[in-house]
Amino acid sequence: MLSKEETKHIAKLARLGLSETEIERYQKDLSSILDYIEKLKEVDIKGTKPFTHPIEISNITRIDKAKPQPTEIAKKLIDLMPGQKDGYLKVKSVFE
Amino acid sequence: MNMKNFPQTIKKIQEGLKKKDFTASELANSYLEAIKEENEKIFAFLNITEDLALSQAKAVDESIAKGEDLPLLAGVPCAIKDNMLVEGVKCTSASRILENYVAPYDATVVKKLKDRKAVILGKTNMDEFAMGSSTENSAYGVTRNPRDLERVPGGSSGGSAAAVASGQAVFALGSDTGGSIRQPAFCCGIAGLKPTYGSVSRYGLMAYASSLDQIGPLANNVEDARIVFEAISGRDPLDSTSCELKPFLETQGKKFTVGVPKEYFIKGIDPEIEKIVKGKIEQYLALGHKIEEISLPHTEYALACYYIIATSEASANLARFDGIRYGYSSKEAKSLLEIYMQSRAEGFGAEVRRRVMLGTYVLSAGYYDAYYLRAQKVRALIKQDFDKAFEKVDAIFTPTSPSLAFKIGERTQDPLQMYLSDIFTVSVNLAGVPAISVPCGKIGDLPVGLQVIGKPFEEATLFAIAKDLEDQI
Repeated sequence: MLSKEETKHIAKLARLGLSETEIERYQKDLSSILDYIEKLKEVDIKGTKPFTHPIEISNITRIDKAKPQPTEIAKKLIDLMPGQKDGYLKVKSVFE
Repeated sequence: MNMKNFPQTIKKIQEGLKKKDFTASELANSYLEAIKEENEKIFAFLNITEDLALSQAKAVDESIAKGEDLPLLAGVPCAIKDNMLVEGVKCTSASRILENYVAPYDATVVKKLKDRKAVILGKTNMDEFAMGSSTENSAYGVTRNPRDLERVPGGSSGGSAAAVASGQAVFALGSDTGGSIRQPAFCCGIAGLKPTYGSVSRYGLMAYASSLDQIGPLANNVEDARIVFEAISGRDPLDSTSCELKPFLETQGKKFTVGVPKEYFIKGIDPEIEKIVKGKIEQYLALGHKIEEISLPHTEYALACYYIIATSEASANLARFDGIRYGYSSKEAKSLLEIYMQSRAEGFGAEVRRRVMLGTYVLSAGYYDAYYLRAQKVRALIKQDFDKAFEKVDAIFTPTSPSLAFKIGERTQDPLQMYLSDIFTVSVNLAGVPAISVPCGKIGDLPVGLQVIGKPFEEATLFAIAKDLEDQI
C-alpha cells in the first residue's frame, strides 16, 4: 500500500495540485492497480532484452535548423497562448 | 431526399455520384440532418463542422460538373476522433484543458482524406486523451450505444463507433492504444482496424502512448475499412516511425491457416460470447481453411505490462499541458509552479490524473527497474509469442472483448474492472501487429465481434479473412 506521503510526492512530481480527498482516493486506486501489476514479478525475464519499439528502424536525423513557416502559422500559435505580450509568451516570474 | 435513398458504402456512393443519382451536397446535407437529429440522444459528436463539410461537398460537385476524375473517397461523409487535428477546427481530446484549442494545422491523416476529397462532418466524442474503454471519461458527456441507449459504445473511440453504427457517418477515424478502435467496434457491431505500428502517420494525433498509438478506420463493412486504410497509410516525413508500405499481395482464393490461442478462452469470458466466436470459427473452417490450436503463453501478463508502459509514456506526453503554452491556464495561480499544479489539476479529469500519477510513480527514482524495465522485457516476450505463432499460422482468431457493451456507470467506480475490458486487445499494441474486429453475431440486441490478428504489414491477409467472415453472417 502506498503511503499518503508517497502519494503526495508523486502528485508533486506529476505537477498535479490535488486536494486531500483526492490524494486519499488516488492512494487507494494506485495501490490496487500496483497490486495487480505485481503479477509481472512471476515472469522469468532472465536474458531478455528490453523491447523499446515495435518496429526496427534506425535513427532518423536531420540538420538542426528551423524550417521557415508562414507568419500566419506563428500568429495562430501565439493566439493559442494563455498569456502574451508583443508576440512573446508571457509567464509568471520564476524568482520572487 | 430521404437518407434511405442514399447508398451506404464507399464504392456505391462513388457510382451514384458518377451516375448523377445525387450530388455530394445532397449527401452531405442528409448526413448533417441525421447528426442534428441523433446527437442529442447518442452524443457521438463533440463538434459538427457543417461549413467545412458543405464547402468540401460543393467542391466535389464542381469537380463532377467539370467531368474530372474522382478520387475514391470523393464526397464520402466521414467523422474524425477529436484527438486528431483538423485545421481551423476546435480539437479538445474531450478534455477541459483543451476546451478552446483550435488546431493550427491538419494531421497527416486528415490531409490525406482532404486530398482525396472526403467530406468531414465533425469531431467525435472519446474518453479524455483516449484513456478509457467506455467514452464515459469525456469531459463533455457520455456517448450512448446506438444498439442500446442504456449502454456504453465502448472506448476510447466510442463517438466514432457510435457515429458509424447509427448512420451518422460512412466511416470514421479512431485511434487505438490498447483496443480503442477494436473494442468500440465490437460494442457497436461494426468493423474496426488497428493497423501495424508504423503503417499510418501519427503526425497531428495527440499522443497518449507513443510506442502503442496507431490511427485506423471504423466502418460498416470490411471493404470500406480497407479503402480508408489504403488512403491514410504510408510513410510520412513528419512521423519518423512511419514506414513505406509494400503493395498488398494477392489473397484471392488463398486458403489460410488460422491459430486459435487457448489463453483467450479462459475463465472470465462471457460464455455466450465464447459460444458465438467458436461457432464462427467452425464456419470459417467449413470454408476450407485450416484452424490450429496455438499458445501465446505470456497473454496473462499483457494487461499489467500495458498499464506500466502506457502510463509511463502518457505521463511524459501529457507534461506538455502546463497552462503556459496553450490550453487552460488557472487564473487563481500566483506563481509559476502554481500555474502548473492548478492548471493540470483543474484541466485534467479523474482518469487522466490517475494514469499520469501511475506513470510518474513507475518511472520515479528507485522504481524504474522494478516496473518500467521489467515491463519492457515482458513486452519482448509477448512479441516473441506472436513471432513463434506466426511461424505456423497466417493469422490468429480471438474474441475482441470478454464482455458485451456494459451499462453506463457500471464500471466507473472500479478502474481495474474497466481496464479488464481491454484484456484481449492490449497484446496486439504491445507487439505492434495489426488486428481487425468484425461483427460475428449478437446476443439479444448487443453485437459480438471477433478479432483477427495478423503478421506485421500483412493487413491484406486480415482484410481477406475478415471479408470471408463478414460474408458468412
